[in-house]
Amino acid sequence: MTARERVAGTVANYVDERTGAAKWMRKNLQKVFPDHWSFMLGEIALYSFVILLLSGTFLSFWFDPSMQHVKYEGSYQPLKDVEMSAAYASALHISFDVRGGLLMRQIHHWAALIFMAAIVVHLMRVFFTGAFRKPREFNWILGIALLTLGIVEGFLGYSLPDDLLSGTGVRIAHAIIQSIPVVGTYLSFFAFGGAFPGYVFIPRIYIVHVLLIPGIFLALITVHLMLVWYQKHTQYPGPGRTEKNVVGYPLMPVYMAKAGGFFFIVFGITAFLGAVASINPIWLYGPYTPGQISAGSQPDWYMGWLDGLVRMAPPLETYLFGYTVSWNILLPGLIIPGIIFTGMALYPFIESWMTGDKREHHILDRPRNVPNRTALGVMSLTFMIVALINGGNDLIATHFDLTINQIMWFSRIGIIVLPPLAFVITKRICLSLQRADREAVLHGKETGRLVMLPHGEYIEIHEELSPEKKFALTQHEQPKAIALVTEDNQGVLNPKGIRAKLQARFSAANAENIAKPTASEVKELESGKH
Amino acid sequence: MKFISKYRRHKFATPLLLLFALFGIGLTFSVASATEAPTAVDAAARSTLIAEGQQIFLKGCSSCHGLNGEGAAVGPSLIGVGAASVDFQVATGRMPMQDMSQQAMRKTPVYNDEEVAALAAYVASLAPGPRAYTNEEIKWERDGNTADGGELFRNNCAMCHNFAGQGGALTQGKYAPTVMGVEPKHIYEAMITGPQAMPVFSDKIITPQEKLSIIKWIKAAESEPNLGGAPLGRVGPVTEGLLIWTFGLGLLIAIAVWLTAKAR
Amino acid sequence: MSRELEPLADPGLPEHVHRKADTDPIAAKRAERQVAVLFSLSGAGTLLFIYSFFFISEETFIFVPIMGTTNAHQLGIGIGMAASLLFIGFGAVHWAKTLMPDQEVIAYRHEMKSEEQDRQDLVATAKEGAAIAGLGRRPLIKRTLAAAAGLAGLPAIILLRDLGPLPGNALNETNWATGTRLVTDPGDRPIKPSDLEVGGVAQVMPALAPGKKRSLEDIAKDAVLLIRIRPSEFQLDPERLSWTHEGIIAFSKICSHMGCAVALYEQTTKHLLCPCHQSTFDVTRAAKVIFGPSARPLPQLAITVDSEGYLIAKQPFSEAVGPSFWERKS
Repeated sequence: MTARERVAGTVANYVDERTGAAKWMRKNLQKVFPDHWSFMLGEIALYSFVILLLSGTFLSFWFDPSMQHVKYEGSYQPLKDVEMSAAYASALHISFDVRGGLLMRQIHHWAALIFMAAIVVHLMRVFFTGAFRKPREFNWILGIALLTLGIVEGFLGYSLPDDLLSGTGVRIAHAIIQSIPVVGTYLSFFAFGGAFPGYVFIPRIYIVHVLLIPGIFLALITVHLMLVWYQKHTQYPGPGRTEKNVVGYPLMPVYMAKAGGFFFIVFGITAFLGAVASINPIWLYGPYTPGQISAGSQPDWYMGWLDGLVRMAPPLETYLFGYTVSWNILLPGLIIPGIIFTGMALYPFIESWMTGDKREHHILDRPRNVPNRTALGVMSLTFMIVALINGGNDLIATHFDLTINQIMWFSRIGIIVLPPLAFVITKRICLSLQRADREAVLHGKETGRLVMLPHGEYIEIHEELSPEKKFALTQHEQPKAIALVTEDNQGVLNPKGIRAKLQARFSAANAENIAKPTASEVKELESGKH
Repeated sequence: MKFISKYRRHKFATPLLLLFALFGIGLTFSVASATEAPTAVDAAARSTLIAEGQQIFLKGCSSCHGLNGEGAAVGPSLIGVGAASVDFQVATGRMPMQDMSQQAMRKTPVYNDEEVAALAAYVASLAPGPRAYTNEEIKWERDGNTADGGELFRNNCAMCHNFAGQGGALTQGKYAPTVMGVEPKHIYEAMITGPQAMPVFSDKIITPQEKLSIIKWIKAAESEPNLGGAPLGRVGPVTEGLLIWTFGLGLLIAIAVWLTAKAR
Repeated sequence: MSRELEPLADPGLPEHVHRKADTDPIAAKRAERQVAVLFSLSGAGTLLFIYSFFFISEETFIFVPIMGTTNAHQLGIGIGMAASLLFIGFGAVHWAKTLMPDQEVIAYRHEMKSEEQDRQDLVATAKEGAAIAGLGRRPLIKRTLAAAAGLAGLPAIILLRDLGPLPGNALNETNWATGTRLVTDPGDRPIKPSDLEVGGVAQVMPALAPGKKRSLEDIAKDAVLLIRIRPSEFQLDPERLSWTHEGIIAFSKICSHMGCAVALYEQTTKHLLCPCHQSTFDVTRAAKVIFGPSARPLPQLAITVDSEGYLIAKQPFSEAVGPSFWERKS
């Protein structure tokens, strides 16, 4: 036993005698994680969050969240002696008079964009593979909560420097608050400490941005990860992979090295972006005043869809019984996002009700094998993308020689027409892919090699799939429609009413699949060949 | 000055004022003629310039703007637009227009400096209007103030031309062009003439001094190094979002694929 | 359902394929060297960071393709930091991929739900606990506790009362009053009608009382855009026409939709565009909305001239400026 081993042994013994951690540690260091690139997406989000904490702490050493007016006396000449808020002046100070300050500001902002983008692709992966199904519904809801909080947190961060662009964003947020029926005016006066913009908003959102939301984030992320740990990770279907096992690499050492290494890679790429690409050049925007505006004022991308919805909203406002309701703000700013996020959060329960499937699932779906869900996902994405495009309509107009009016009308019509179209097309594509899978299992893969038979017929040689591949393509189960009980044993018609009817409709749609090859079909063909 | 305002309603005030005015006008004329007398040659040169301009006008412009610049269905009247407009529109290549699209765009000028001067002289001879400037007259480096210019720019220009002067969209396909790389005199002339959709910023609203400040700020923005790295067009968060979804996330996912691929 | 009865058999985990580095000591040594090189590159990155931080002046600019002229100090520390992090990551991953065991292992999972016995025990314990506490037998306690707990939440809400003042009439008022002069912004110079040419615009504010400063709250409701067109182009009702002066018309610059500054004026079409959400207003028709999400015209400010010929407000705004709110009268 070397000296080093002796010391380590003593320390381990000391800790274990007081915590009994040895058993737990041993078990968990051998924890198995399946390996797939799409399982790293959530990790990108987690690591970006750590980068945000680190860079944000650095920025907070200099940032002064105050709206008091000061004259700028820093080293950026084009703003010399300009009146601005202390918040903006200190953000300029970080950018120009703190070495590495601009780099950290850019890393912080790029990390925020990566954070949100990674959350969205992670969410897409979880959705399209059905990883949200029992027993993981809670974790799905936690994920939606994290996404929502991320949007809010990002927007607050975008608002803090108090430049012309961020102030414009705050102005719009103010209008959304003010539009809430009955209490909106009061809420806005409470939030802003009086009339817009006031002197308290930035100090208030600062503490929310650096303490409150990051704290909630930490708590939710911890629970999110603990659940993944406790419930064990899902895995893609394949030979040897069942609902009862997890196939992968042990945490110690492979996964630790890979995941740890990946943290440094994500940080490195964020730092690279911070070094080479300018983001949020606040010094060009100038200080915020409500009388000024820049052409092409947009929010960061994760709010872009919201801005796009607001832009395309119909000019509706009602004035009834002496009170004004601004539907043009409420609908796109609160009601539609509310429906979207509530719907997303409840989706696992909705799907489970529609399919009548209440079992646990640990093997992921291939998206093509669940055409309805996949189509629904693509439909929602289409909605979001149309909205997002409209959020940048002015830039698209100038760069692609279009008019904002054309893009606006395209979006207004497209947001209604394109999502259902996307649903139908996606479902068709899924079914075609299922058909292709079936063909491949039964008749093998096309090789592109043509052979002329003695009697002159040309055929393409098909290569038979490996048993592993055949299994992977056929292991899923195909749902059956729930039979509608039209009459119960007492002769009551339609005993469960409209809900049962709906459920039957949905589950029938869900059961529309190309029949997968069965063992006997495969055997039949195989025997015929030999 | 108080004693003057006290007497302004006096019954002799108006006749007296008229007398003063007449005297003033006479004095101006005598001074003007006195200075113009030795430049009879200039006047002759000027009329040949105008004649040259008219020839160019008849060939290149009259089909849209009418034979006498009175305007037609396709082109507006040029009477009273002044030399400044001609200098801006023709010397930046906007006029003659290539096609009848929403708006004339900047391109390589068709006419050289002398021809532009001749055209300007001709159009100015139709009716008085703002005169053309030379770059030497626009002393922005000496008289402008960058920070004031930034304030004025954000208040009066950024809403169309974007916070960094990169241009932006207007309605129905019109756009505010970028102000980067524009000659100082043309920026100045644009402000006083209001070309195309752009409104006029008269000298009482934005003083000549303030206009020089705006030019100085634009020139500062133009020559400002990209302090944070690649500028991404200086158009705000849209290109930033595009970069993160293509390069940023694309690269990270590619690395994730490498990371989880089995080594051989 | 018959299909489900006869799925294809699971052939089980495929045979483990050994990597080159597992069997070939030379390949293993090469991989080891590669990892070491990667870690060394990270060290070089750190050195670049330190060098750039201390020895490249912040005033140094270099030209880099695509990036243009950029700051060498910022680029140096950034690239150094990126390299120092990236290569640790690449090294660690390469190490894990080539030299750490790549045999997949199997762990088993169990259904999430507890054993039936545990569940029954829990129910029993919970019931017993409730019985001992007597909640079921003493409804008075249960109800008063519920009420008290509900009420105890109130102070948390009441405490927030002083976050801001009540709105009162603030949203309906601006600093424009009868006779307030229009002054340029910035510059604070009073304006005569002749100062503004046809096709011209001016950003204006109400003149300040001597010694007073303009706050952002003032700007947020007082900003006005002055536009001059040919009087014959107006299509206004007589009242609104009387609010103009010699072709000069004044609108609140604060968008009636969400409060952005509406100031993109096209003198050819006489349209005003808001860059935030593209509401388009027709100046000749009292800023009627002709496109976009705004539901109301921009409030028009009645103007005239005073005895010295300067433009003044004839009266305050006749309606609230800025975005709509619940109590807005319209």
